Amino acid sequence: MSGNGRTKLVLGYGTCGIAAGAAAVKEALEREVSAGGYDLDLDIAGCMGFCFREPIVEVFYPDGKSVVYGDLNPKKVPQLLQAAASGEVLEDWVVRRSDDTAAGEGDFLANQHRIVLRNCGNINPESIDEYIAVGGYEAARKALTNMTPEEVIDEVSRSGLRGRGGAGFPTGTKWGFARKARGDQKYLVCNADEGDPGAFMDRSVLEGDPHAVIEGMIIAGYAIGATQGYIYCRAEYPLALKRLEIAITACRERGFLGERIFGTDWNFDIKIKKGAGAFVCGEETALIASIEGKRGMPRPRPPFPANEGLWGKPTNINNVETLAAVSWIIANGGDKYAELGTEKSKGTKVFCLAGKVRRSGLAEVPMGYTLRQVIFDVGGGVREGKEFKAVQLGGPSGGCLPASLLDTPVDYEAITATGAIMGSGGMIVADSSTCMVDLARYFLSFTQAESCGKCVPCRLGTKRMLEILTRICEGKGEPEDLERLEVLAADIKAASLCALGGTAPNPVLTTLKYFRNEYEDHIFNRKCTAGVCPALITVKINQDICTGCGACARICPVEAISGEKKEPHSIDPDTCIRCKLCLSRCPEEAIYAE
Amino acid sequence: MMEGDTCKCSQRFADVDDLGPLQEILERYRDEKGALIPLLQDAQEAYGYLDEKIMRALAKGAGYQLSQLYGVATFYTQFRLQPIGEHLIRVCHGTACHVAGAELISEEIYNILGIRDGETTPDRKFTVESVMCVGACSLSPIMIVDEDTHGKLKPANVRRVLKKYMGESEEREE
Repeated sequence: MSGNGRTKLVLGYGTCGIAAGAAAVKEALEREVSAGGYDLDLDIAGCMGFCFREPIVEVFYPDGKSVVYGDLNPKKVPQLLQAAASGEVLEDWVVRRSDDTAAGEGDFLANQHRIVLRNCGNINPESIDEYIAVGGYEAARKALTNMTPEEVIDEVSRSGLRGRGGAGFPTGTKWGFARKARGDQKYLVCNADEGDPGAFMDRSVLEGDPHAVIEGMIIAGYAIGATQGYIYCRAEYPLALKRLEIAITACRERGFLGERIFGTDWNFDIKIKKGAGAFVCGEETALIASIEGKRGMPRPRPPFPANEGLWGKPTNINNVETLAAVSWIIANGGDKYAELGTEKSKGTKVFCLAGKVRRSGLAEVPMGYTLRQVIFDVGGGVREGKEFKAVQLGGPSGGCLPASLLDTPVDYEAITATGAIMGSGGMIVADSSTCMVDLARYFLSFTQAESCGKCVPCRLGTKRMLEILTRICEGKGEPEDLERLEVLAADIKAASLCALGGTAPNPVLTTLKYFRNEYEDHIFNRKCTAGVCPALITVKINQDICTGCGACARICPVEAISGEKKEPHSIDPDTCIRCKLCLSRCPEEAIYAE
Repeated sequence: MMEGDTCKCSQRFADVDDLGPLQEILERYRDEKGALIPLLQDAQEAYGYLDEKIMRALAKGAGYQLSQLYGVATFYTQFRLQPIGEHLIRVCHGTACHVAGAELISEEIYNILGIRDGETTPDRKFTVESVMCVGACSLSPIMIVDEDTHGKLKPANVRRVLKKYMGESEEREE
């Protein structure tokens, strides 16, 4: 945002930015601006999505142009300020230029289509005025003053929006059920219990544009007839919680929340509930139990929450991303949203690119884009020239897809057909140094630990699967283990009470389907070709590269490394415990595992 | 390094024999339906962990069975029934960190401190725990010591990072 004829510097101040050092940069900016007497404005914004270049500052010039700089630190701040004040562009630091989209990492954004993330990184999330300045709360006002609840539901149905939490249920239909349900009190719940490891888009939206979610909730509450809303957000997201509190308070002051909002006779207010850490609470009935102060355990459905939810009243639950899209849809029309996407999957989807991808960060693309476009065009492909091996979609409930399926479009049905799921939007790229059996074991250890224990197939089934996977990784796999895994997986999927168990076998099934050779290598050849599973690898020193500096010998906890000074060293395989400490210590990268 | 907006007071907890803070917490939620989880969250924030004394006083004050409280406290990962050390080390084991070698980071911490996941050193200086995704995937692998995030770690650098928190007296045996 620029205005008033002054140059403005906006610092990316989301969790990822702060983790990368944005707080120190903020301090330096404030100090240097006043010390140097610069005539510049400073502000903060949420995450722009360029996580791979944090900390980030965007400089907005009075002429409307802007430049994004990355990899900043306090030492670079004086130079940055001088350049910003003089209008000079520091080419080496450029992440993106508004007047030259080919510069820097410009194609990261150029290949995206941002609806949910429309304001993330562009406005100060702690300022309701900045949200209003970009048209915020006009959609809620329009819905409440000019539309009937049924018209709102029709508009959302026409957009084709489907639940972005993972299941992909049509949002308009869901609202229709809650609208029709009979009850003196109805509730609207925003599910912000983002529990998938590797998914952080909900957090980014809550930190970067909390008002978009609140506006979506106001609209949804009106549509279904709920006067009380809840945001169930992970306690692990302190910054998101703080910004939600600020946003809710500001809304109450403006009359957007509370009694007779927007000058109508409609009442709606929002309470924040902090989740206490349980993956299963992403499941609707478990989430409801948790809000009620109980152990977060799912119950059989029906009755569905639309009829019997929170405190036994009709309840509608939507995900953060879904609600952030709603305000855009009401403002711009359902048809406009439906122009994007495929026949059955409309609009856009936000993905969290992470793992061995070159540009990790937030990517919002129209449905129908292929995985290849997301990973290579937006994400810049695999890091350090290594080879792409797999992409993991949908976290612990999803699956791993190989290179041959990279042309699969981002579409609920197309992705489900591969055995993975769209899920909430985690997209972890794996390269040749990732062991697929170990990755499957990792996900199973997660779901096993997070299983609430209520139903037997999930509680015991995931445990047995994990035991089998662990022994395969330890080099003790048996030839029958692959079939055992498949039988167990089918039973768990068929008989589990909720989606946690119902999808838990997916990472195993997809790796068995697409990377079976790796399982066979582990079991029959006692080999882990990726060099990950400690029991199946040998750590070696490349005699041609080793300079004999001795750094590895000094760090080795078991004194397995020996050699003359300045002569290539070697590792005694019988003493070596394969902790790989030496691997990360070697300055020449001469040590490898195979 | 992460500093700034986040709370730095994690080391200053009320004594479990002082039930004053607990009375305030009970008062705060007196009229709220289903406030068991916020009660436990606030109590843990005040005392650092959920001591048996605190749980008993909470149960009595808020009208719950002790078993209900215990059931909820052991269901959610946020709650701890044991006090933590002076420094809390959280090693992220999200997917991105896992494929970047989080396991090796944890192992090196265990080697250095002589404790395993969830344990506290005998001198109460460090507690180490594995946590699920902290959402800073682009910096993987990550560990968070107190409020400071240390990203793009290598096992070989872990000792150097921890030294900062070990204090003057103990440069633990190399």
